[in-house]
Formats: sequence, C-alpha cells, structure tokens
Amino acid sequence: MEFFRIKTVIPFMKHALVFNVISLVTFLLAVVFLATRGLNLGVDFRGGTVIEIAYSHAADLTRVRSVIDKMNLGEFAVQSFGSSNSALIRLPLKEGLSSAQLSERVMTALKADDATVNQQRVEFVGPQVGKELYENGALALLLVSIGIVAYLALRFEWRFAISAIAANLHDVIIILGFFAVFQWEFSLPVLAAILAVLGYSVNESVVIADRIRENFRKMRKASVPDVINSAITSTLSRTIITHGCTLMMVLSILFFGGETLHYFALALAIGICFGIYSSALVMASLVMWLGVSREDLVRPDKRTGAGAREKILP
Amino acid sequence: MNRYSAWKYILIGVAMFVGIVYTLPNFFPEVPAVQVSTSKANIKVDASTLQTVEETLKAANVVYSGETIDPTGIKVRFADADTRLKAKDVLQQKLGEDYIVALNQVSSSPAWLAKIGALPMYLGLDLRGGVYFLEQVDMKAALDKAADRYLTDIRSLLREKKVQYSGIAREGQSVAVRFRDAAERDKANVEISNAFPDIALSSADAGDQLKLVAGLKPEAQKRIQDGAVQQNITILRNRVNELGVAEPIIQQQGADRVVVQLPGVQDTARAKDILGRQATLEIRMVNDDPGALEQAIGGQPALGNDLFTERTGGKLLVKRQVVLTGDRINDAQPGFDGRTNEPAVHINLDATGARIFKELTRENVGKRMAIVLVEKGKAEVITAPVIREEIGGGRVQISGRMNTREANDTALLMRAGALAAPMEIVEERTVGPSLGAENIQKGFDSVLYGFIVLSVFICVYYGLMGIISTISLVVNLLLLIAILSMLQATLTLPGIAAVALTLGMAIDANVLINERIREELRWGDTPHAAIKAGYERAWGTILDSNVTTLIAGLALLIFGSGPVRGFAVVHCLGILTSMFSAVFVSRGLVALVYGGRKKLEKISIGQVWKPAAAKPAGP
Repeated sequence: MEFFRIKTVIPFMKHALVFNVISLVTFLLAVVFLATRGLNLGVDFRGGTVIEIAYSHAADLTRVRSVIDKMNLGEFAVQSFGSSNSALIRLPLKEGLSSAQLSERVMTALKADDATVNQQRVEFVGPQVGKELYENGALALLLVSIGIVAYLALRFEWRFAISAIAANLHDVIIILGFFAVFQWEFSLPVLAAILAVLGYSVNESVVIADRIRENFRKMRKASVPDVINSAITSTLSRTIITHGCTLMMVLSILFFGGETLHYFALALAIGICFGIYSSALVMASLVMWLGVSREDLVRPDKRTGAGAREKILP
Repeated sequence: MNRYSAWKYILIGVAMFVGIVYTLPNFFPEVPAVQVSTSKANIKVDASTLQTVEETLKAANVVYSGETIDPTGIKVRFADADTRLKAKDVLQQKLGEDYIVALNQVSSSPAWLAKIGALPMYLGLDLRGGVYFLEQVDMKAALDKAADRYLTDIRSLLREKKVQYSGIAREGQSVAVRFRDAAERDKANVEISNAFPDIALSSADAGDQLKLVAGLKPEAQKRIQDGAVQQNITILRNRVNELGVAEPIIQQQGADRVVVQLPGVQDTARAKDILGRQATLEIRMVNDDPGALEQAIGGQPALGNDLFTERTGGKLLVKRQVVLTGDRINDAQPGFDGRTNEPAVHINLDATGARIFKELTRENVGKRMAIVLVEKGKAEVITAPVIREEIGGGRVQISGRMNTREANDTALLMRAGALAAPMEIVEERTVGPSLGAENIQKGFDSVLYGFIVLSVFICVYYGLMGIISTISLVVNLLLLIAILSMLQATLTLPGIAAVALTLGMAIDANVLINERIREELRWGDTPHAAIKAGYERAWGTILDSNVTTLIAGLALLIFGSGPVRGFAVVHCLGILTSMFSAVFVSRGLVALVYGGRKKLEKISIGQVWKPAAAKPAGP
C-alpha cells in the first residue's frame, strides 16, 4: 500500500503568498477572538472551587442548582459531566470561607436533598496559586520558544529558527483562538498539551529543514524555491503518515480518556492538524522570504554533501 | 551488509531483560493490606512486633495471606477488604496508640521482585484517590507573634536594668519604646542591643518625643519563618499519623507553603477536619494525694479531677481547673539549664501570663503542675514538673529528668498547642477512590485502543518493516513503564495520556526510517544499501526533532505543577526510550531478519511505487 504517488515536485512555493495570507488571516482571527472573547480560564488559573458529584441515578441539574442557589454562594454554575449521573459544580472564590468548609457545606446541602449523592472530586485553587500557575505557564511557553530558537539556530541557521518558531507559535495562537471561540475550558492539562504540540510541530519543521539542507547539497543548480519544493514534496508522505499516527493516539485519548482529558486531547488534535500545515507551508515560505541561500547551509570548507549522490536528483 | 555487532545485541538484550523484570510488578493486582508503623522515635517496628502481629491475628482467627517487614513498617496482606478491616481493629486494639495501623494496598508481586527494588508504578492521587492540600503558613501572624514576644522581653529587660521609659507598644511588626530623656534612650539602646542580638534598633524621634524602634533583623525573621513552617509540618505530621494513612507525604514547598498528600483517604471530610483543627495547651495543677491517685486508677477519680497518662507512661491525677492557657505562652524553646547544663525547655510568657504564673508558683512551691495538650477533646500530659521556687518575669525554665531529644519534643509540643502560625488551604484536590479507578481504566483504554489501531495501520502499510516498527514500539512501551517503575515517578492521568502521546510520536522515527528506505528503493538502490542509507540518514533528523520535543518537555517539568508535571515526566522519559527503541531495537531486528541474506531481492516494506518514467521528476 502506498498512499502518496507524487509524480512531480509540487510547486508549493509558487503559492507561498497565498498560504501566508491564509495564515495571516487565521492568525488575526484567532487574535481578535482572544482579544474580544478571551479564554475561558479554568479553576486552575482563575481560582475557585470545582466539585464533581455523582448520583446513583440520572442527575437532576435544575434541582442541584436550586439547592446551591439557596446557599447564596455567588455566581455558580452546574453542568453535566461525562455520564448523565454526574454533574460538575463550579463555585467562585469567596472571601472568608475556606475550601474545606465550602465543599463540605455544599455536599451537606446536597446530601440533605438527595442522599444518593457522592462527592467524586473537589478542586480548589486559591487566587494566589491560580495567579502563579498562570505566570508559570506563560514562563514555560517563553522558555520553550527560546530553547527551540537557540537549538535550531545552532543546528541549522537563524532563518530556520525564526521561521520555525513563528510558524509554530502561530499554531499555538490558533489553538488558543479555538478555545476562545468555543469558550472551551482552558486548564493546566490544556497548557501542557499546547507546549507538547509546540515541541512536536517544531519536530516537523526540523524534518523539512533537514531536507532543505540536504537538497541544497545535492541539487547544486536548482533555485531556492525548487529546493524547498522538492524538500516538502519528498517529506510529504512521511509528514502525513506520522501525523496521522499521532492523531490516532490523540483521538483514542479523546474518545476513551474521559472528560478530564477531553480538552487536553482536543488541543492536541487541533495542534497536530495545524502543525502539518504550518510546518510545510508557513515555515518553508518564511525561510524563503527571509532569503535563505545555499551558502548559508552548505559550508564550502567542509566536504560538501558527504554521501550525497548526484544520481538521485539531477 | 546489514550485520549488527554482538555488543549491540547484548545491550538490547540487557535492556529488554531489565525492562521486563521492572515492568513485571505492574501486572500483579493490588491486594488489601494493613500497614503497621510508628511515629514515636523510641518505639521500633521490628521482628518482635511482627511476632506480636502474627500472634494477635492468629488469636483472633483472622486469616492473612502474607507479611513483609521493611523500613516503612510491617505490611500484612489479606484476601479481601472485610478481613482487612477486622484485622485493623484487632491490631489497633492490641498494639495501642504507639503504633499506626493503616489500611493500604500492596502489590501481590513475589517478594524477590520487591527485594531488587522492582515495584509497581507509583500512582498519583488522581488515579488512586486521595487528598492533596497546599497550605500556606501565615507569616505575618508568625512575625506579629514574634513582635509580641519581644515586647514582653524588652519591657522586662528595661525594668530589670532600671531604664526609665514613658511607653512601649507594638507598631506593626516592630516594637516602639518612648522616652522622655535622651540619656535613658541611649542606655536602653545599649542594653537592648546587648541582650537581643536578633533585634535591629533605630531612633525615630519626632519633636520632643524620643522614640526607639526595635525590629527583627532579616536573618532573624527568616529563622522565625522557617521555624513556623517546620513547626506546622510537625503538627500536621502528628495529626496525619492519627488518621492512619499508609503513605502520607508532608513536605515544605517554597518559603511558606506545605504540601500534604494523603493517598487513599476515603473519608475526606474527616481528613480536612483533623488537619484543620486547633490544639490548645493548658497548665493545671497535679493532685499529688497518693490515695486519690490509687482510687482514680481503680476507676473512680475524685470529683474535679482527671486521670491522665504521662508521655513516659505513668498515671497522673490532674485537677480540672485550668490555671493558664497556651495563648499566654509566647514561645517555648529547647536549651540548657544555665547552672547545671542539663537539657531544659525555656518558656516565655506574655505579661498577663507572667503575672498569673508568678502568683501560681508563689503559692505552690514544691507541688507539681501538669502541662496538658488538648487536641479534639483528647488530652495528653506533655510534662509535669515540680515547682521549685517563685518565678516572676514570665521566663520559665523546665529542666531535669530529660535528655536533649525530650527537651526538643516537649518544646515542640508546647509550641504546637500555643503558637502555631495559622495555616490556610490555598489549593485542594480531592479525588474519590471510585473516580481514581475509573481514571486508570480510561487511561488504560486510550493507550490500548490507540495502540491497536496504530499497529494495525503500520503493519498493513509497511509490511514486515511495519511489524518490526510495531515490535520496537512495544519495546518502547516496555522500557518506559520499566523506567517509571524504577524511578517510582508519580503516574497521573495526564501521565497516562503522555504514554499514549509518546507512542504516537515515537512512531515518527519509524515512519521517517521506513519512508527513507522506500525512497532509496525508489531511486533504484539495492535493498541492503537502502536499509543502510535509510537508517543512517534518518538518524540526524530523529535526533534533531527529539531534542526540540525534549526542550518543551523539560520546560514543562520545571514550571509545571501537579498534573502537568506528571505529564512532563512521562513525556521526557518517553522521548528517550523512543530514540533507543526506534533506532537501536528496530535496526537490530532488521539486521536479524535481512542481515544474514547475501542476495536480498526485496524488502517487505509495503508497496514501493516507482514513477512511470524511469527518470525521476525533478527540477
């Protein structure tokens, strides 16, 4: 079986401008949504209390709501969670009431209403801790970006480093854009997923950059766009197979991993899909715009193209 | 040809063997167990305790299936949870309060595995259920208390040295002393500096108001803060012991926070209650009438008296009237008697406390007083010293009949009841046991189903090379689980997701290699040359791409907390094992399959499509 029978080198770079415009538009859209709607920060970052409860029968959310409403705890939310028997209660931070007391009071009230209720999970994050988690998350993102740029600049060249990080941060913004548009809950695991995607997509950029470098050595007379086109074309089948495989695993997490991992898997899935596009098309065209040349990558003093065989590509 | 050197096979063999051995314990189900341990330093859990445990269980006709003894205590395994509950009650009754009898889950893996350190993976709270608290110690309160303490000390010092001052008061976290006379102020300055090296003095004169401000030096503040955290940890540890949790974790995090993790706690409300409660310290007089004591031991304590057990084990009859409470105590520190050089506990009382104590000691010379710690209605006599003389000035010393460690313990317990800086829960994560089991199942399912689909696809797409890739992926999984078990890194639900994700990403290396081999074949290389070139050229790419993924993983490890860290640990380890298995193991397998054949016509790598035109398309 072979999916990709690519007869000719696909002239991706001829349409570089189109791809860049598409990228820019989606990027700007994501930014606009982030700015206007903002992220629906979860309890990890915003602080507050989350209580997961389970009944032995289907949960009556209106009844749960009316019970909590009587307690006067501020703006709360009750939603179904996973199965129909479970419900998730979100409570805002309340001055002068510790988490222990809060969750216990809620549970006591719910128990009085319906004794079959069971507390499955409580998460409470104080305002200070939430702020720290948020700051640490931002710091981790920054550190990852710097680390990747430094490594790529060292291993390849600064143009690749800049293009790769720009292309992949654009993925990150788009994932965040999705979370803003649909107001999905942004929690710590989602942040982990985003950072993992960042590392993973760069991975993709590296494969293409590697091939561009190799092609510069092999295709001595070809123009820069041709070299890049050939690199993307020859790695295309690998790109899609690999991402397809990773996506299989991620979808498996999405379908079987339960509610806790839902948004985590969703962020990964979006990231992987956009990773293919951005590495192949955004990163490569950025490298081209930045004016990469053969001399930048193939050092004349070294034995150029060790092992490169001219017979492979004329 | 594609021969592979013997040492590489040996390396792979050793890695596989170690991998299998350390993965093994994870396949044995956990069985209910009771864990016997102790928190008291003078009591040991040893072979004789084990014997007692065995005899007790036999006497009560409780059937157990095995027992082990290790540094964490004695673990006795049972067939089911009901038997275990019965055993717990029986053992607790027999062993008494010096021992902690806790419910636990123990792997049923054979003893030789545990002996070589092969344990099942350490499951996080989201998988096994339990309570996680992050508590913040109120440092402002700790420093306020310290300032109160110095206020008393400075006041008595100035009186003692006969320095005239017009007023003394606490202002925030410093103490302000006012004077009418500059000479008196200078004298005070010298005296205070000499007596309290921890205090920094500054003059803050306003007009004819002469004022001296005493504040704690930064290093002293730090010492007080560290002390407050340590003290809170000790208090929490004592309370957790009472809860009977098998593997509690209580540790400092950052400057002013304490992490408490109680795996497997079922009754979370009770856990919160016990951890959050207040202890009080009471000073009461001992009823020394020998007849009354005997009568009390006989079961009939006289009216207005309580029979208590001393920490040393002796019985003590104590009057119910409380003469002094713990909030009058500013500080209690272990130290030495100035004259005899015996270990002692120095207690510092506030002004009211000092006055009451002076009266008390004057009227009761030669009698004993008991210092009682009351926690949740349960009283314990920390110490019961004899009053030798009248003590004024609020500085009390208890000495005699104790060694340094006992002095430490006593001081600690007194502080526990008196001045623990308040703590506040700033983060809480509680997971019920059923949800934990559900999470394990869900995590396991996502790895399993994802892996099946992935393997089928790869095998179909790449033929025999796909099977080799799948085998190397299995090796990857094996090594990853082995390393996680070996390091006893905490496995969380996001950690299991990371296992799935790692497998999905690890296949990348195999795809890279296989695609490369196909490509080489397409351009007309011989199969052997194609395999060689495929592995060689793919290696550089694999390395580069894994390094960048590793950078992301490490950043998560450093900055992540809780669930994210669990994800990052698995992610980072998975990258390392995948590099080993994709390159080393799959290469070895290929060499094993194809290496021996001199004339290799074809590799089973799925269909290699060649362009219709003999000349490949290109620029």
